[in-house]
Amino acid sequence: MTELAGWGRYPRHPSETLSPASPKALPSLMASRTGLVARGNGRAYGDAAIGERVTLMTQGLDRIRAFDQATGRIQVEAGVLLSDLLDVVVPRGFFPPVVPGTKFVTIGGMIASDVHGKNHHRDGGFGDHVESLTLALPDGGVVTCSRDENPELLSATIGGMGLTGTILDATFRLRPTETGWMRQTTTVARNLDGAIRALQETSRATYSVAWIDCLASGASLGRSLVFAAEHATRRDIDALRPGAEPYPPSKLGSLGVPLELPSFTLNRLSVSAFNELYFRAGAVKSGYPFLVHWNPYFFPLDGISSWNRIYGRRGFLQYQCVIPTAQAQAVLGSMLERVSKHDNASFLAVLKQLGASHGDLSFPLEGFTLTLDLPVSDDVFPLLNELDRLVVEAGGRLYLAKDARQSPATFEAGYPGLSRFRDLRRAIGATDRISSRLSVRLGI
Amino acid sequence: MQPSKTLLLVGGTSDIGRATALHYAQAGWYVQLAARNEEEARRNADDIRARTGTEVTVHRLDILDTGSFDSFTNSLPTLPDTVVCVVGELGDQAKGQTDMVHASLLLRTNFEGPALLLGLFAERFLARGSGTLVGVSSVAGDRGRGSNYLYGAAKAGFTAFLSGLRNRLAPKGLRVVTVKPGFVRTQMTAGMKLPPVLTAEPGEVGRAIFAAAEKSGRDVIYVRPIWRPVMMAIGSIPERFFKRLRL
Repeated sequence: MTELAGWGRYPRHPSETLSPASPKALPSLMASRTGLVARGNGRAYGDAAIGERVTLMTQGLDRIRAFDQATGRIQVEAGVLLSDLLDVVVPRGFFPPVVPGTKFVTIGGMIASDVHGKNHHRDGGFGDHVESLTLALPDGGVVTCSRDENPELLSATIGGMGLTGTILDATFRLRPTETGWMRQTTTVARNLDGAIRALQETSRATYSVAWIDCLASGASLGRSLVFAAEHATRRDIDALRPGAEPYPPSKLGSLGVPLELPSFTLNRLSVSAFNELYFRAGAVKSGYPFLVHWNPYFFPLDGISSWNRIYGRRGFLQYQCVIPTAQAQAVLGSMLERVSKHDNASFLAVLKQLGASHGDLSFPLEGFTLTLDLPVSDDVFPLLNELDRLVVEAGGRLYLAKDARQSPATFEAGYPGLSRFRDLRRAIGATDRISSRLSVRLGI
Repeated sequence: MQPSKTLLLVGGTSDIGRATALHYAQAGWYVQLAARNEEEARRNADDIRARTGTEVTVHRLDILDTGSFDSFTNSLPTLPDTVVCVVGELGDQAKGQTDMVHASLLLRTNFEGPALLLGLFAERFLARGSGTLVGVSSVAGDRGRGSNYLYGAAKAGFTAFLSGLRNRLAPKGLRVVTVKPGFVRTQMTAGMKLPPVLTAEPGEVGRAIFAAAEKSGRDVIYVRPIWRPVMMAIGSIPERFFKRLRL
């Protein structure tokens, strides 16, 4: 028995762990146990990748099977890390079609969570780019899923949180790029209205995201920095940073958080100072395009290893909801107001525009998604329950890859694809065999 | 451009073998992977090819089938420039104390097979006048301990074999490298509690092997330098005390 937790380090549950060394060894292991779910790199924040009784570790499934440099098509085993993939493909002029906010996730986890990136409004989720995948079913059978073969199983598996079986490998197409640089433009939005407008105006940009200062209130409620970016061309390099290497080496900040800091390190003052600094640094560059390395643009927090420890021993909750476009401004405004009154300030608040999605349990819908980090404390739960109510009223939903505490009612209200998903689970015999702490908690 | 050199990696399905082969491939070497389980070896070959763009071939070899070694060496498309043998089997010491088949398997897998195979390549390299042989032995071979002396004795034999071979080949300009990895986080040690300071990742072993064999010219390496004083200390304990320790 091992105690497992997600990236938020809340909740923690004991689980038996099994570590198959190859995709071939996995199906028979699956058939021999019940109450299990697969785990990638453990970057889901809550309880999604903790088996009810058994957790299947997939680190052994870390081989790249084929990479065609003429077409950009790549086939990888499910346990391959995105960071590993980036090291291989970026210097050869390719980039994954969609990346989430950390590169320390597995490809299997990216599919199971149907992760979205800063380009969701244009390019959809990662699942939309999967041409085919191999799935180990609860009874130990192995099937291929694509748009032509087992399409229902494919749309349930994309965003299905590992609850339809275990993904063994996947094939998808990378996007060609001319350089490893991003051409970024930063704009300052004075309030939430401005941020939403700025995101809509930059929706022609391939990538866009807004960082919100959660502590600003009154007329500045929701003041933000909006970062839009494109993959830089050779010509961009000539114009903005002549002589720069087209594919700069991938460097990772070595600054780590070695110990669990006591919770009081992150109080209102330190967060406020952080946000102030962030704003000043961003404001300096405002308006002018500049070149930035792909690594800090897409994965700013990956430079600080174990940043999840700064919230202290009790762990933290990441709250991510999406609100349909029409109500986004009003609802997100009242959410921010409540959060800014709360003593435990959010360290990180991110606002993004999302488009529609296609998995039965995929998170994105047309609207705006807000992400907040909150340290676990006794009074954070009532606050989040209140936010849940606003989300449900607005026809929004919460992201399962982040969730550690929503109620079954909130979940059911947000996911109309749930009954289809349950039917499919019953049909393939997954209901009694594949279960995570999340699926038990939410009655999936 | 120089024609690329060729590595033969014996034990192509092990974690250390995979990491070592990848390191050579990244340096532009053509890689031959030898293993008993061809399907698993092909998984590693595909991976190395996709990551590096270099050519990787798979060759079936059973380290216990010493009679096949001659035809195996003849069947390779090119006589390699460097042979690295990472074959090893920790086995079950307690079982081997009464089960002679298991005990014999440990002795043959860790000593007989690797030694005879490298010995055969030594003859080919002598005929050609060049080549490097790398044997992955073990700190367990430095002094026999109650908990793993079957494995340890076989590795001690392998270490002595490599030392003798090096002594014979050095005047001819051929190199023999002995590698003692210490603890390594691999499938073989999965589930064991290992002290982090003394435990290397497979990638570290691959890097250390490449550095010793192709760059620094060292003869005997411990992957993590800390193992040298540790083993010196263990080696210096008088036998009358050592025999009473639970190791």
